[in-house]
Amino acid sequence: MTDTQAAPATPSKTSALRSGLASAEIDSRMVGMILATAVIWISFNLLSDGDFLTARNLWNLSVQSTSIAIMATGMVLIIVSRNIDLSVGSLLGFLGYVMAMVQTRWIPNTFDLGLERWYTWIVALAVGLALGALVGAFQGFLVGYIKIPAFIVTLGGLLIWRGLIFRFEQGQTLSPLDSTFGRLGGGGADGSLGDWKSWLVGGIACALIIASVVLSRRRRQRYDLPLRPMWLDVGIAVLGCAVVVAGIGLVANRYISPITGSPTGIAYPVVILIMVTILMTFLARRRQFGRYVYAYGGNPEAAELGGINTRKVVMMTFVLMGVLCAVSAAVQTARLDAAVTNLGVTNELDVISAAVIGGTSFAGGIGTIPGAVLGAVIMQSLRSGMVLLKVDSPTQDVVVGLVLIVAVGLDSTLRKGAK
Amino acid sequence: MTDLDTPGTASAASDGSRVPLVDMRDIRVSFGGVHAVDGVSIDLYAGEVVALVGGNGAGKSTMIHTLAGAHPADSGQILINGEPVTINNPRDARSYGVETIYQKLALADNIDAAGNIFLGRELKTRFGSLDDSAMSSATQKLMARLNPRFKNLRTPVKSLSGGQRQSVAIARAVHFNAKILIMDEPTAALGPAETAEVRELITQLKSEGIGIFLISHDIHDVFDLADRISVMLQGKLVGTVNKAEVTKDEVLAMIIIGKMPGEVSTEEIEEITH
Repeated sequence: MTDTQAAPATPSKTSALRSGLASAEIDSRMVGMILATAVIWISFNLLSDGDFLTARNLWNLSVQSTSIAIMATGMVLIIVSRNIDLSVGSLLGFLGYVMAMVQTRWIPNTFDLGLERWYTWIVALAVGLALGALVGAFQGFLVGYIKIPAFIVTLGGLLIWRGLIFRFEQGQTLSPLDSTFGRLGGGGADGSLGDWKSWLVGGIACALIIASVVLSRRRRQRYDLPLRPMWLDVGIAVLGCAVVVAGIGLVANRYISPITGSPTGIAYPVVILIMVTILMTFLARRRQFGRYVYAYGGNPEAAELGGINTRKVVMMTFVLMGVLCAVSAAVQTARLDAAVTNLGVTNELDVISAAVIGGTSFAGGIGTIPGAVLGAVIMQSLRSGMVLLKVDSPTQDVVVGLVLIVAVGLDSTLRKGAK
Repeated sequence: MTDLDTPGTASAASDGSRVPLVDMRDIRVSFGGVHAVDGVSIDLYAGEVVALVGGNGAGKSTMIHTLAGAHPADSGQILINGEPVTINNPRDARSYGVETIYQKLALADNIDAAGNIFLGRELKTRFGSLDDSAMSSATQKLMARLNPRFKNLRTPVKSLSGGQRQSVAIARAVHFNAKILIMDEPTAALGPAETAEVRELITQLKSEGIGIFLISHDIHDVFDLADRISVMLQGKLVGTVNKAEVTKDEVLAMIIIGKMPGEVSTEEIEEITH
């Protein structure tokens, strides 16, 4: 009956490519974004006479992207489930300040245990993560159960969490922080993995890539489901490993630390970002929770009628967001080696932009974690490229704003065309 | 099938020899001051199709939503296999073997057929992750039985035709061994060929001993498929009749002026049918 209409007689080239990619289960949007990133990088490199594609610049780019990228992975799930979180910048500032309080005031003074204990950074981080989850649960409860619009709840949060910073120590700058905690920021002599540990991480990453390709193939074989062609599976594994090796060999370990004079290796915040990305992708695609987030975003009523506890799902997206804010707060305060009251101001806009440039749709139900991370990298690439070209900061804002609008406009036009 | 009586002979609750699959007693639901459902009692036996009919706003959807768990009743009692049950949400309903196919189909548009069929009841690997391969495989087999033309297993259901979406909605109900199936206007959005398919499917499910509540405004659907017909008007039950004992005109009279076949005069019937 209507099935025959699904395949047009003369498919255009783009839709043929798209369906080819789809049948191989490769996200065509992701491929497009990678190409866009490549174009941006090469353009800046040409304009800056080769200053952009240097190990030093790319290493810095990787570190500078982390804080926004980490939060963007959580923002994807919030926006996919048709909500928004405007409080992330303020929450980051608040959590960063509390973590700094733990290590500079509470452990050494209140509990009289002294500075630079082996456990200082662990306690500070644990307090930050727990508080982030708690704040997220509070906001998520108001959105999910009490049904106050997320825009209002988190707009309130934006004011509240920023304001509360000044309840501690009148908001004076807290510095210096615990030196082990400081490594989370990626600065200094010991903020990176160094030479051989980077290769070790790279080896593990390659092993995981190969294992996931093999396992997915085997599982599909077991159930008699259509398989990707062998050459494509091999190609994906080889390409994945090549990217890992190139990232370490040509960027991380090529960049010689100005402090130690030896290869820097992958910065700790980048290691954290990679782990967060893998975990969040796994959560979004392979766990029931992730499936429910997308189902709810696609059709809230259907999800409810399907027997899903949608209130809890919504609340959990905010809990995750709070935890990720704490992770980003640790990275940012550690990099500054200080907690300041304006930490994370307007970060919410960068985080939302990264998610949206990365293909997350405000209509709900659509968006990917790796896309958002790439969105953060694209935004940071634009910023640091323009810095290299000595473009002033207000002009940078104008450009990033335009890119945001054009990216979303292009995406929704292409999506309409694809239907 | 052999352990069941012939359903057609079972007239409403007066037949004490068999316990109805579903017995809804004195159900009331009001929205604000409006009594959407005002003390309605209906029942359903295994292997039987009971049509719930009435004009727009008669309260038939609201009535059946109390069984589906989409909207709990304010008062009244629901018995399943003679046991009183409490149904506050769709999960409760499913735990009693009640599956619902909603008028709007209630599919998550951005998720594929397998994801929708297993929505809320996902298959998991032993590590607690989603077992997409197992769900795809089960969907493939299920669809081979229900709609052999169905091929688009991995595309979001948004891009499927109305009939295919209907297949997904029905497959979801069928896969989990529903004992009680609620179909809310199952053919409203379908073309003639697809409607025929759905009718065939209803007959098949009925022969498997499933009890079906059919909500429809299409009197032809109702007369072709139902064993008994319960008519609602303005939130109240007009009455329940055996299809074999009434004419379409008499049912129309029940729907429109709320009079039972014995009470209605020939003039009134003529007025309704012109």
